[in-house]
Amino acid sequence: MRRILEWHLWFTLLLALSLAGAAASPLFAQATSKLKVLASTADLAALAAEVGGERAEVQSLVRGNQHPHFVQAKPSYLLKLRKADLLIIVGLELESGWLTRSHHTPSLVSQSGNARIQPGAPGYFDASQYAEIVDMPSGPITPSIQPFGNPHYWLDPENGRKIAQALAHKLGELRPSDASYFDDRFRVFSKRLSDAEEIWNAEMRPYRGCKVVTYYRSWSNFLKYFQLVSVGEIEPQPGIPPSRDHASELVNLMKSQNVGIILVEPYFELKTPNNIARKTGAKVVVLPSSVGGEKGITDYFQLFDYDLAVLTKAFRSKS
Amino acid sequence: MKVTRRFLCPKRSVVIMFAVALVFLHSVDAAAQTGSDDLRAEVKALLERVRALETEVQALKGASAGPTQSAMNAAPPAPQLPPPGTPADSSTQLPVYGGASAAAKALNPDIGIIGNFVGAAGHNSINPLPALALQESEISLQSIVDPYARADFFLAIGENDIEVEEGYVTFTSVPWGFVPRVGRMRAAFGRVNTFHNHTLPWVDRPLVAFNLMGGSLTEADVGIKDTGISISRILPAPKGIFLEGTGEVFRGDSGSLFHSSRRTDVSVVGHLRGYRDLTESTNIELGGSYTRGHNDLGSNFITQLYAMDATLRWKPVRGPRLHSFAARTELVWSNREQVAATQRAFGFFASAEYQLGRRWFTGGRYDWSERAQNALQQDSGGSLVLTYWPSEFSQIRGQLRRTHYAEGQTANELLLQVLFTIGAHGAHPF
Repeated sequence: MRRILEWHLWFTLLLALSLAGAAASPLFAQATSKLKVLASTADLAALAAEVGGERAEVQSLVRGNQHPHFVQAKPSYLLKLRKADLLIIVGLELESGWLTRSHHTPSLVSQSGNARIQPGAPGYFDASQYAEIVDMPSGPITPSIQPFGNPHYWLDPENGRKIAQALAHKLGELRPSDASYFDDRFRVFSKRLSDAEEIWNAEMRPYRGCKVVTYYRSWSNFLKYFQLVSVGEIEPQPGIPPSRDHASELVNLMKSQNVGIILVEPYFELKTPNNIARKTGAKVVVLPSSVGGEKGITDYFQLFDYDLAVLTKAFRSKS
Repeated sequence: MKVTRRFLCPKRSVVIMFAVALVFLHSVDAAAQTGSDDLRAEVKALLERVRALETEVQALKGASAGPTQSAMNAAPPAPQLPPPGTPADSSTQLPVYGGASAAAKALNPDIGIIGNFVGAAGHNSINPLPALALQESEISLQSIVDPYARADFFLAIGENDIEVEEGYVTFTSVPWGFVPRVGRMRAAFGRVNTFHNHTLPWVDRPLVAFNLMGGSLTEADVGIKDTGISISRILPAPKGIFLEGTGEVFRGDSGSLFHSSRRTDVSVVGHLRGYRDLTESTNIELGGSYTRGHNDLGSNFITQLYAMDATLRWKPVRGPRLHSFAARTELVWSNREQVAATQRAFGFFASAEYQLGRRWFTGGRYDWSERAQNALQQDSGGSLVLTYWPSEFSQIRGQLRRTHYAEGQTANELLLQVLFTIGAHGAHPF
């Protein structure tokens, strides 16, 4: 009997500690505070910041210089997840390895103890539902295929617009008193984006139809929008370096089709692209695919400004 | 509106066929009432649609051969925005493969299977592993139950037996940040105990898992695991520190560690862990654990374990992820009540892993542990490990292991492991 009482005391002590923590819970935060928006990637955070303005506190879990597929699920992410009013994910399985699924414990979202951001709750926002998805598989699914289509869809400005509009609507749902504010912010963003697109398209018009090789199939939306053509990838399957045969085939293809540009994200190794470039005379162009991928890229517009400046300079040098 | 399983009876196909028949009859009825002029107009409209589609196909064929000059000169299309908050067109959604019956797959849980093949060479008469064995095949079934819960099942299948290694429901929408779990689960005792075999950085488990924590080579997956209730919560802590407390109550049966003779012979677990990012790439995690239950001598005999664990990690978040480092240690103290007196024993392990290149890892581990029933018997050992990852879905690992047993024998062994996974692939442990 004494021993049963002992473990009851231990358990009660733990519960008491937890309840003490509850007093500091976000539940007691004032309703007038900013909406806490947490995006899985810096790009979605940038779009949320455009429409959220001063009435949303926006953070991202992953920085723009990280490979969004190979992220370590840090416990410190839980500190952000448990406070969020809205969780924005890329979806299409991009975060399945570290955020939305887990092998041996509940996923980070499940562990957060935040009912607001669970799948199906009002604070769970899968941005892929509002974007045009490319590279949809049409045959058997193999590990080298992205089973739900290409998750790098934010690299099409039109998708950026669609996601921003849906986000403005979602923020208005969560905070009806500010719905008109978010709508106004979206309209301003949409106008700025239209103006920017005119400039971007003018810059890229001379290079439409040009052929490139990418490190991995992460630029499909970008290439489609700017009417560039990809003839192949250095790494056909994520995380697996190319075989000699594949590299040799790619070199021959690049020579035969006169491909002069190799696009590589900053988080990939440069040894293989440089080897291929030496054999083909192509130019390796390091191109960030996310906001924050390089210093100075702090918003969605700057991502395209930076990338197009680098890309057009590379095309000019090859012509 | 979300369709849940309870609305889908086994007669679903009959209901669908009935609905299709109703629609067909309705269309026939409507056609009978439509005038011939309307029919001509409809046919004309359909023909125009077919021509438009043919034009689209031709345009697409042309696009695959490179953009046409007219397309290259065309201005970007004006943005066509959906109504606010409307999901994208269904043409962008995942097609369903496998025929009409595949629609049912939408309600299936995520299914994954992990094979763990282990080979052993060398001599070991104390804890002999078979020369070749499919040590464990783990099937994972994971899914959201409803807006308030998710379920995770992990079935550990040995060559001749099967057990529910873990099977629990997690309630995700409980107030005040509590996260309760109910079912069978690995106890939140220490750090490595929560890892499944295939997530370990070694082929085997440390000696302390066998000597003090009740592990046995006869189990498909060694560890303190039991059936009960777990409640965890993130606790308030100074800025930047993650602090989590977990309390668990189990039935009181776990390997040779705990044995429940009566309903009141429950075991309890308490775990507190703290984590902090030291830099962008470096972090440290410290934990303290306690567990208490009744041992195999009867209800009047208690075993208590105390543990401390520490993990230091360095993993650059920028760049091509070619190198990383992790060091970990766990110390376990055991107080086991026996007929003569309480037996106090201690054990620990310390290990380090270093990433040599993109897909190559090496590491080492040192083990030292007394035995729970007789602390005068001490085992120790060391291992060197080399791991190759062909992809994120498979691993090939070799481990040189040298163990000094209390019986006076020294075992030198080479262990080989091949891990492979198919299906849903979740996060690796952190």
